[in-house]
Amino acid sequence: MPSTFLLRYGEIALKGQNQGFFLETLARNVARAVEDLGPSEVRLAFGRVLVSVEADPEAAAGRLRKVFGVVSFSRVRDVSLDLGTVTSEAVALAEEAVTRQPEIVTFKVDTRRAEKRFPLTSMETSSEVGRAIHERLPQLRARMRDPDLLVRIELRDRAYLSTKTIPGPGGLPYGTGGRALALVSGGIDSPVAAWYAARRGVVIIPVHFHSFPFTSERSKEKVVDLCRVLAQSTGPLDLWVVHFTEIQRAIQTQVKDALRVVVMRRMMMRVCDRLAPRLGALALVTGESLGQVASQTLESIAAINAATTLPVLRPLIGADKTEIMAQAEAIGTYAISIRPYEDCCSLFVPAHPRTQPSLDETQRAEAALDTDALVRDALARSERLRITRSGADPAAIGPVSDRRAEGTR
Amino acid sequence: MAEREIYLDNAATTKPHPAVVEAMTRALTQEFGNPSSLHRKGLAAERLVKDAREAVARTLDVAPEEIVFTSGGTESNTLALRGVARLSKGRHIVTTAIEHSSVLTPIRRLAEEGYEVTELPVDGEGRVSPDRLAQALRADTILASVMAVNNELGTVQPLEAIGRVILGHAAGGRPVYFHVDAVQAWGKIPLRPKAWGVDLMSISGHKVHGPKGAGALYVRKGVRLAPLLGGGDQEGGIRPGTENVPGIAGLGAAASLLGADLSDVAGRMTDLRDRLRRAIAAIPEVRINTPDRGAAPHILNASFPGVRGETLLHRLEMDGIYTSTGSACHSHDPKPSHVLLAIGLPPDLCTSSLRFSLNRFTTSDEIDAAAAVVARAVADLRTLVR
Repeated sequence: MPSTFLLRYGEIALKGQNQGFFLETLARNVARAVEDLGPSEVRLAFGRVLVSVEADPEAAAGRLRKVFGVVSFSRVRDVSLDLGTVTSEAVALAEEAVTRQPEIVTFKVDTRRAEKRFPLTSMETSSEVGRAIHERLPQLRARMRDPDLLVRIELRDRAYLSTKTIPGPGGLPYGTGGRALALVSGGIDSPVAAWYAARRGVVIIPVHFHSFPFTSERSKEKVVDLCRVLAQSTGPLDLWVVHFTEIQRAIQTQVKDALRVVVMRRMMMRVCDRLAPRLGALALVTGESLGQVASQTLESIAAINAATTLPVLRPLIGADKTEIMAQAEAIGTYAISIRPYEDCCSLFVPAHPRTQPSLDETQRAEAALDTDALVRDALARSERLRITRSGADPAAIGPVSDRRAEGTR
Repeated sequence: MAEREIYLDNAATTKPHPAVVEAMTRALTQEFGNPSSLHRKGLAAERLVKDAREAVARTLDVAPEEIVFTSGGTESNTLALRGVARLSKGRHIVTTAIEHSSVLTPIRRLAEEGYEVTELPVDGEGRVSPDRLAQALRADTILASVMAVNNELGTVQPLEAIGRVILGHAAGGRPVYFHVDAVQAWGKIPLRPKAWGVDLMSISGHKVHGPKGAGALYVRKGVRLAPLLGGGDQEGGIRPGTENVPGIAGLGAAASLLGADLSDVAGRMTDLRDRLRRAIAAIPEVRINTPDRGAAPHILNASFPGVRGETLLHRLEMDGIYTSTGSACHSHDPKPSHVLLAIGLPPDLCTSSLRFSLNRFTTSDEIDAAAAVVARAVADLRTLVR
């Protein structure tokens, strides 16, 4: 027997003429999230998304929990629009809940009547059903605020009943917000930033700067594993692994050490600046949080930002480290991020980086670099990996400057 | 990446020998019986285990009944240490500061459970002094654990002298058990537990071209151990559980290879290691950490000031040369090695150290090629990361 879920979405309801586009995308994403679990059907109805899937309900719920745009959802029983049937089903559900959790002592019935042909109003239905539950389970007391058990009834084409509400991630459907390159280092912050951008509907293309032999193959594997976690919410991702070794080498030999970090970040911006238009990306996403490290002061951010004309989205700009860590924990990236392999950001940091570099002195410091040639070579030696929740595939390896990359369809 | 691979990380693990693979394949595909079964399929498997036990015993010049098969060095060490502690009345254990974590961790756990532990310091070459050990022994000492060859430096410990000290102390009262972690020594230096008064000795298959997951503990006849696991009466009840017949057969095949020609093999490896030592020592500012004399034939540890060991390792990997920083079990740990700190190396020299380890099949061509790449790589990296 298939399990049916009723999904609630938030902001999309406020959309005007293009609401249809958002809803269709949401429905498609929901269908994709459960497609490998078993045959499923997704349908839009009366301000809700209804999913029925022939699969283990726990497994299906695990997937739905990660679909952007879903504010909350419930596993529901659907019955015909008939007061007697609705009432007996509600009583049955309450009985099941009490058997499962004998500590339940208070309850409430909450009805939403979208189908106005139903003979009773929402309030009347609630009190009718509530009376029936109390009759069968006299130990339960009705309580309007913070009940132990909330029986929700939605009266639509059919009646949908549930006793459990599971939070979703919120946000907007993935794929409704354009495309951006997300810089992913392997640290704690950048995957969280990418996740926040994706939650606003932006298709993310992760970009990792790899500096072998200064960083190990394992640091690349770490980024792949981080992207696999993100792919649980986004679907397949195209990870670009940029060959950053020669740029790093040039910076180490030609830039004075206090300014190396800022110049390195500027080179990353330049690589992205060239890659973005080829992939149809309109912005960059970084994990910067104001004042966290030397390269994240306003002065540094200004100097780094000047190397690109693309808007740089910084979803974590106002977050504290502890908040970012908690969010990483919630997303599931934290345990991967703290694996002890260094990324290129930590390895080349000089003992005393400048915290307030001016754009002018930064430009003078990097004047010896042939930035154009360095960026071109780095991209030509980059590789692209297709990341799904279950692993990575090399999708294409080779120069990107000579042909149009297909981007992420 | 390079086409040619030069594997100089043999102290981490070795490539299984074809004879080992063959013995294991046979145990997996033909003699797959359970040695405890009464039928002839069981008997055939039992014979494989028996042959392996004899082969291992021969390498240590001990009786086959004194060999207990385990899952490897870590289990052998834990079984020896906890097995003795459980059945002893005393409260004191002596060990050294440079033991492998599979000795230090079980001993530190025993310390948490109430045992007193003395960790003996070592000299600048990583060698423990028998005199200091003599001073550390007490009336309530139950156990002394000293490794045969240090896995990071290659330093050989004076086991014979230590054995005499322990026997002398024991003569005055209760016996002190002598455990030797010989994982890095087996097949590299002669091991004579009987002559040295050793009660327990740990060895592992995968350091000598055998399989991972198979090792043994020598338990001198008359020494009683409490088992770590509960179950059947396999391995005299000391190590219950259906025997890992393929692993044991592979371990036996590896032991047979160690056989008679140890001094030839060791001499050849020493020559090659010294050749590498001379080449590496010629690189400016290098500090060789492995002692000149009294080191096992297969290990060379050196520090390259100004270069991070990890970076050099990956740089060498680009040319197909595989090495190690510290010992493989904790090389992801950014903390400097406890062994290098114990010989008094400053922390920055610890983090710039690299270990090269040979095997009996390493050639002089490989050594020369590797040394040339190391010299180039160090010079190159020094221009970048200073």
